[in-house]
Amino acid sequence: MPDMIAVNVNGAKREVASGTSALAAAMMNGAKFVRRSVTGEPRGPLCGMGICFECRMTINGLRHCRSCQIVCEQGMDIRTDE
Amino acid sequence: MSDMGRSFEVLVVGAGPAGIAAACCAAESGARVGLVDNNPRPGGQIWRGGENHAGAPEAKRWLQRLESPGVEIISSAEVIDNPVAGFLLAQSPRGELIFHYEKLILCTGARERFLPFPGWTLPNVVGAGGLQALVKSGLDITGRKIVVAGTGPLLVAVAAFLRQHGGNIRMVAEQAPWSRLIRFGLAVAAHRNKIAQFFQLKRQLAGVPFRAGCWPITAEGSGRVESVTLRAGKKTWKEPCDFLACGFHLVPNTELASLLGCELRAGFVRVDELQQTSTPGIFCAGEPTGIGGVELSLLEGQIAGYASANHAQKAREFFAERDRFRRFSIALERAFALRSELAASPAAETIVCRCEDVTLGRIRSHSSWRAAKLHTRCGMGACQGRICGPAIEFLLGWKVESVRPPIFPVPAESLTARDRATPESVST
Repeated sequence: MPDMIAVNVNGAKREVASGTSALAAAMMNGAKFVRRSVTGEPRGPLCGMGICFECRMTINGLRHCRSCQIVCEQGMDIRTDE
Repeated sequence: MSDMGRSFEVLVVGAGPAGIAAACCAAESGARVGLVDNNPRPGGQIWRGGENHAGAPEAKRWLQRLESPGVEIISSAEVIDNPVAGFLLAQSPRGELIFHYEKLILCTGARERFLPFPGWTLPNVVGAGGLQALVKSGLDITGRKIVVAGTGPLLVAVAAFLRQHGGNIRMVAEQAPWSRLIRFGLAVAAHRNKIAQFFQLKRQLAGVPFRAGCWPITAEGSGRVESVTLRAGKKTWKEPCDFLACGFHLVPNTELASLLGCELRAGFVRVDELQQTSTPGIFCAGEPTGIGGVELSLLEGQIAGYASANHAQKAREFFAERDRFRRFSIALERAFALRSELAASPAAETIVCRCEDVTLGRIRSHSSWRAAKLHTRCGMGACQGRICGPAIEFLLGWKVESVRPPIFPVPAESLTARDRATPESVST
């Protein structure tokens, strides 16, 4: 078993394997989409490598974080636009 | 102030195969080397996830070689500007960083090309390499139905990888016709390891339908993708899926090279035999000089690394092998060229610019990229045209204009750091 770490996804306590990205943590823990586009469409990730900016989330209170490039840390607060 | 800047004899941007090879060879030649990368760990996209996911023993070998002293690795740092000649400004979670360099090697890699079609903005329509990257960073796809579509050798590799990680691969749809794929196979027959790789992947995909001359025309679903409509010849049909992993080969990341004034040719960074760009002291290696895959990237990286550390003689040893793989690169470009029917997929109301939600109809009511940008904001959002630019180039034939700093969006405080990038702020 890999080491597990506790994070907060949209207000719920969740456990993910260490090394998991904030994006993967959200997608595996109930987030149906990641952000709302400027016209309100639900969006999910596209490129997975930090270029398209579709995976922007609020992480530890900081908005517009590219969640695919951020590795989960103990106690991290991860929020989608849901 | 002095701790925010560092000085290197050779600074390498991008820690994929080309950058790792360049950094190792320059350091082993005695240079003080910095390797700056925007990912949390070195490896680039192909070796993302380090040794756990790299698979290839080659990845392990290079990542171990990189551990030798002489290379300082600066991860999670994105280069955004070249405020003064000889300096680069980067942003990172630790704040902004300023690097001074004597020689610079650009190994900024490539990204997937995405083409719009109705439904491509639905959640769970992701890049092919994109879904692979998500799985490498922890996403569980066990039992999920996946259609892999688009073009390029990446599709088969991604499908095999996803299957290995529990994905239920319904189909691989390659837009290139069989005739071109067969010609490609014959052209690269001399690359025995490539052929062996292909047959290994094919074995791993036993039972998964592979269709050539087949491409997605719409994606459907409420709230997220539930099916994709594929077309092959005159036939169209619906394939249910939880994920549509779709990418149309690769486009080079040339933004930093352009910012530094390096000349481009046909969209790629022009280099001489020692991988030097048109800007003195700046080298380029890997995908930005031509899409050729990991082997060519490693060869070009080694040449650039030795050449930057004044070991041209050593660099020359790799020339013949590089030429061999450059022929592979040319065959690749021919085989996976985009068919014109793909331009007919998006409707007038299909969003092309996902950052600003600009539709194809609004974009093409203008006469140029510049006019469309001014009136619709297309290409002016967070990705700065990196996704819609290559799509618009294919759909409308418009070339994207020159880049401006910062080449990635930044918090306002980083912009003020431009003025502080002086030789005094750099320690050695």
